Amino acid sequence: MDSDDEINSVQSSEDDFMDDEDSLGEDFDAVEEPDDFGFSQDKDIKPRKQAYEVDFKVWGPGQIQDQQDKQVEEVSAVIGQPTESTAILLRHARWNKERLIESYMDKRDEVLESSGLSEDKEGSASITKADDFMCDICCEDGKDLDTFAMKCGHRFCVNCYRTYLASKIRDEGEAARIKCPGEGCERIVDSKSLKLLVTEDLKDRYHELLTRTYVDDMNNLKWCPAPDCTYAVECGVKQKDLTKIVPTVTCSCGHHFCFGCSLNDHQPAPCMLVKKWMKKCEDDSETANWISANTKECPKCHSTIEKNGGCNHMTCRKCRHEFCWMCMGVWSEHGTSWYNCNRYEEKSGSDARDAQAKSRQSLERYLHYYNRYANHEQSAKLDKDIYLKTEKKMTQLQSSSNMSWIEVQFLQEASQALQQCRQTLKWTYAFAYYLARNNLTEIFEDNQKDLEMAVENLSEMFEKSTDQLAGLKVEMLDKTSYCKRRRIILLNDTAENLKSGMILIIPNS
Amino acid sequence: MANRKRIVKELSDVTRSPPPGTRVQLLDESDVHIWEVLMDGPPESVYVGGHFKIKVTLPTDYPFKPPLLSFTTKIYHPNVSNDDKGSMCLGMLRSDEWKPANRISAAIEMARNLLIAPNADDAVEVSIADQFKNDRAEFEKIAKDWTKRYAGKA
Repeated sequence: MDSDDEINSVQSSEDDFMDDEDSLGEDFDAVEEPDDFGFSQDKDIKPRKQAYEVDFKVWGPGQIQDQQDKQVEEVSAVIGQPTESTAILLRHARWNKERLIESYMDKRDEVLESSGLSEDKEGSASITKADDFMCDICCEDGKDLDTFAMKCGHRFCVNCYRTYLASKIRDEGEAARIKCPGEGCERIVDSKSLKLLVTEDLKDRYHELLTRTYVDDMNNLKWCPAPDCTYAVECGVKQKDLTKIVPTVTCSCGHHFCFGCSLNDHQPAPCMLVKKWMKKCEDDSETANWISANTKECPKCHSTIEKNGGCNHMTCRKCRHEFCWMCMGVWSEHGTSWYNCNRYEEKSGSDARDAQAKSRQSLERYLHYYNRYANHEQSAKLDKDIYLKTEKKMTQLQSSSNMSWIEVQFLQEASQALQQCRQTLKWTYAFAYYLARNNLTEIFEDNQKDLEMAVENLSEMFEKSTDQLAGLKVEMLDKTSYCKRRRIILLNDTAENLKSGMILIIPNS
Repeated sequence: MANRKRIVKELSDVTRSPPPGTRVQLLDESDVHIWEVLMDGPPESVYVGGHFKIKVTLPTDYPFKPPLLSFTTKIYHPNVSNDDKGSMCLGMLRSDEWKPANRISAAIEMARNLLIAPNADDAVEVSIADQFKNDRAEFEKIAKDWTKRYAGKA
């Protein structure tokens, strides 16, 4: 399986800070990494990563902070700037260390200037009282007024400075790139100044925002999109690889999502098809499709006409053109065979008929896949209801059959497998809609059929009554693992073919 | 109100020496948060001869939030929304670009400069911007026509 190695190598060459991971909480390793002790047979015993899986790592909030601090320290040592300024430089360079160091060595002044760190005016960043001062923001003056200015020299009263920072942090969610309040000044408020000015209650929010922008800026980090989840996932799959890889990751909170687009797990369909499909499903274009399948256009003025009676003799309400609904030909040419069109082979209406037929065919094709997609989505919802009832069933089963809590876990496992398989099946239909037909499509459809049958068989067992369930444990376990196996086979096959470019996507479908 | 001193100062400054071609007054003497600007169409622009009214609304947390500018006189311009609001939202008027040290007079001047040179790349009315870029003659014709029709009287 050389495909695995490809992903691995992409990741290891890109992620330089992966080298330091040892110190940063091994506990959060979501993927089992082979401990290489130099015995080659060790590797053979380890379960291999499946073709459809990608390497990833989950980071907690504290670890993200550590990661950030560590990088700042590293770069700070190289360029000889204090950590405060280095942090600003790194944020400005969107955490691209190499490029920052290189450009800093090349044109130091320019880099400092563009990050708002230029040392044009002397002055210490501290709160002082100034003589002959009027704050440009509130227009208050007086010798007793506490004032503050950064190195740029734009001095304002501390109250205004505070209010400004608070409104940026609280209302606008800014943190890393807040500029000096002075007119036209590009200088960025560094974290030392912020510490001096920001009130206690905003400090947490500020740090949260800083971490947030850090993850947002890193291409190989993504926030877990689950509500209230504070973890971020690291994955080396690049944006340009998304046509060939579907990088599903699993957060420590249990949420499965696509690293490429942050949507829920949509294997085996690649991101761009998912986007296309969802747009297609919610677009009015399908309404338009209905119209073209159920209506015809007047051959003369092209108004859209829906036939609402049985008679084929149509008179366009708009232009009064008379034509035959069956053959689209001019009515006056029908001769004596009124109300019974037998002129189907006539050239006069054949073009119009061709257009009609094509539209109807494409609509039917779409509906074929959409119905199955929607059906699995719906069934997954119903299965979820069952899942909620499963727990109740598990308790019932314990009391009715002397089974222990551990022994009834098979129900939950089956229910989870069902959910996951339906999710996959759902997307196989969206995927299939875009597939060009070749012999691989047939294998794909066979895999799809096998998984579907396995899923329906398992799903059916859930409808059995509780007293029957105890006796079905072995069978249910079998069916559960069969479902899982079918899903892995389907995903592996598709992932490999997708990567090798053997699967063809219909252009502009 | 903490910002009253600032607003009063700005108002007295701007009434004493308003930006060229403009006059500033309070819409209602009792409310310093709503200003009315009377702007003559700049002589070097297609709006020459017109008299435009602009309402300036200061938010309660002014100057930490930008003032809101809206044309109450109908105007054909890519940067002014073509609805009953006539709002303008670009450059320093955007909250992420506004600095508390910025002055309302600067915002008024910016609006005036936009009458002279519309910014088609940051337009609120995309179709007017397209026309401005691709069919300047037609744009100027309509803008002049609207000026005559809606902004004729002072």
